[in-house]
Amino acid sequence: MVKFPVKLFEYMGKELFARYGIRVPRGKTAATAEEAAQAAAEIGAPVVIKSQVLTGKRGKGGGIKFASNPKEAQELGAAILGMTVQGYRVEKVLVEEQLQIDKELYVAITIDGSAKRPVLIASAQGGMDIEEVPEDFIVKVYIDPYLGVQPYLAREITRRLGLSGPPAKEMQRLLPLLYKIFKEKDAELVEINPLVISGEQLIAADAKVTIDDEALYRQKDLPRVEERTPLEKMAHDAGLSYVQLDGNIAVMANGAGITMGTLDIIQHYGGSPANFLDAGGGTGMEGTAKALEILLATSPKVILINIFGGITRCDDVANALAKVKKEKGIAVPVVIRLVGTNEEEGVRILKENGFEAYRKMEEAAAKAVELAG
Amino acid sequence: MAIIIDENTHVLVQGITGNQGLFHTRQMLAYGTKIVAGVSPGKGGTKAVGVPVYDSVNAALEEHRIDASVLFIPAAFAKDAAFEAIDAGIKVLVIITEHIPVHDELEIMALARQRGTTVIGPNTFGIVSSGKCKIGIPPNQFFVPGHVGVVARSGTLTYEIVANLTANGLGQSTVVGLGGDRVVGLSFVDVLEKFEKDPETNSVVLVGEIGGNAEEDAARFIRKMKKPVVAYIAGKSAPPGKRMGHAGAIIERGKGTFAGKVQALTGAGAAVATLPFEVPALIKAALRNQGIF
Repeated sequence: MVKFPVKLFEYMGKELFARYGIRVPRGKTAATAEEAAQAAAEIGAPVVIKSQVLTGKRGKGGGIKFASNPKEAQELGAAILGMTVQGYRVEKVLVEEQLQIDKELYVAITIDGSAKRPVLIASAQGGMDIEEVPEDFIVKVYIDPYLGVQPYLAREITRRLGLSGPPAKEMQRLLPLLYKIFKEKDAELVEINPLVISGEQLIAADAKVTIDDEALYRQKDLPRVEERTPLEKMAHDAGLSYVQLDGNIAVMANGAGITMGTLDIIQHYGGSPANFLDAGGGTGMEGTAKALEILLATSPKVILINIFGGITRCDDVANALAKVKKEKGIAVPVVIRLVGTNEEEGVRILKENGFEAYRKMEEAAAKAVELAG
Repeated sequence: MAIIIDENTHVLVQGITGNQGLFHTRQMLAYGTKIVAGVSPGKGGTKAVGVPVYDSVNAALEEHRIDASVLFIPAAFAKDAAFEAIDAGIKVLVIITEHIPVHDELEIMALARQRGTTVIGPNTFGIVSSGKCKIGIPPNQFFVPGHVGVVARSGTLTYEIVANLTANGLGQSTVVGLGGDRVVGLSFVDVLEKFEKDPETNSVVLVGEIGGNAEEDAARFIRKMKKPVVAYIAGKSAPPGKRMGHAGAIIERGKGTFAGKVQALTGAGAAVATLPFEVPALIKAALRNQGIF
């Protein structure tokens, strides 16, 4: 099944930070221009108006503006609300006090898959994409999940960042809190960029938080952000892993790797896949039928099914196809590759229902590409 | 020989009385795996598919020698079951379970590192030393004894490639599934090191996919290997920013791309197959080059 990490909007991340005692700018969300003006009046201008979309580089896309009074906040709020930033429609803005910025830092905690450990990344050069910061200016520390970020580690990181005085003290307080959020909220990423030195304070001017969707069952109080298309959501609810693409050959296979491999072969023969649909291992008749319905809903030119049955039974797949054909009708050609557990039975059922089965995935893929024209 | 497991490996099944546990215990027994005991809290003293069931890992250890344990435990309870096995001193742990929260996986790996436990998975099909021992869920009939070592990140794709090898007269020494999650126990490099030393293995197939940098890490080791390596990487056509099923399979910020991986592997001397069915021919060509085939 597909993993959809749940990203939080900036304002949600900041609410989370504030709850744990990390300083954030005074701010308020607004869904209309009037609300933006009101927020600016309450906070006290000048303010910054930030589009709430799940993408970086909002500033370059025109999604962040500065207003010096409530009237201007209303005008800019109206302009930003409803605009599209990097393909995301803006439904809400965050109106915040403008900070006095003495210096911008970067700090994040994420997971390093190769090291199999959490990793804390910090830099005294914040405000830009961390990928663009030279390695010499990055402090990278692996964390033992049994120790977490202890005070000594926070002091050491602060020292290596070259901080001193009140901001250093603030950093020593902030780092353990950030790890606490990372751990307690099952986050895959908590990132503050920039983390602003403003006078004697450290203030999180941005918040990027991504939650592991496999842990949502124990994170019931976190806000839910729906990033999927309706079909993707329908597939997810049916226990299928589905990603929409833009071609005309609908694809279903059983297993993430083999589904990717199937898309690759289609492309290799000059075709274009309409989707990624991994029905997983052991999908029975019902799941297969649901998967077919999802594929049909995308109005493809051809459907290609690639099943290598291990736990998945070929007869289940064949029966599901027959059932959908009988009950709903299938108006487009279906190319099926079917081998593995109960293969003979499956192929027999297919034949009875007017489907041809291939034994090799490359032959099936070539046929599907030919039919798609 | 073969690596990690062989015909003398005594296996424990944690979660033996569940649907998956029962089904796959039966399949593993049919393959010839020496399953000596199962664990299912509250069901101690009973039998499942003829295998004695115990209430805890320690209770099983009082009666049996156990070399490896396999987990068929729901995601929410998998961390506890893994801790139980590691804490009891079991040296090889195969975690079949998918959907385990990544923070739980981080804790499992931290404890395993401390205790010197080998973890395969989570979210893996397991490991098969062909003809000797199968710990996991792959269909039995495609895995026949031979000299090709296989290491992979994904399941069904591996069955596809193993079936292709078998159909072309190439049996396997050991087939290892690392698991599809971002945090897993064994890495490509861990397994390649073992294959390089294993006298029964004469060549290696690496089945990778886009995302992460596991294949790039592997390439650095392959450079030093004497045995030929053939790789297949899934996800050539995947668009950036879309996760293709596995947690790791996503191209983010231009990293973990198909082209980058192929370049790293080819540069290290591995042959890279464009399509899965090309793998057997590439293995044969590599072996012929070494005067083996």
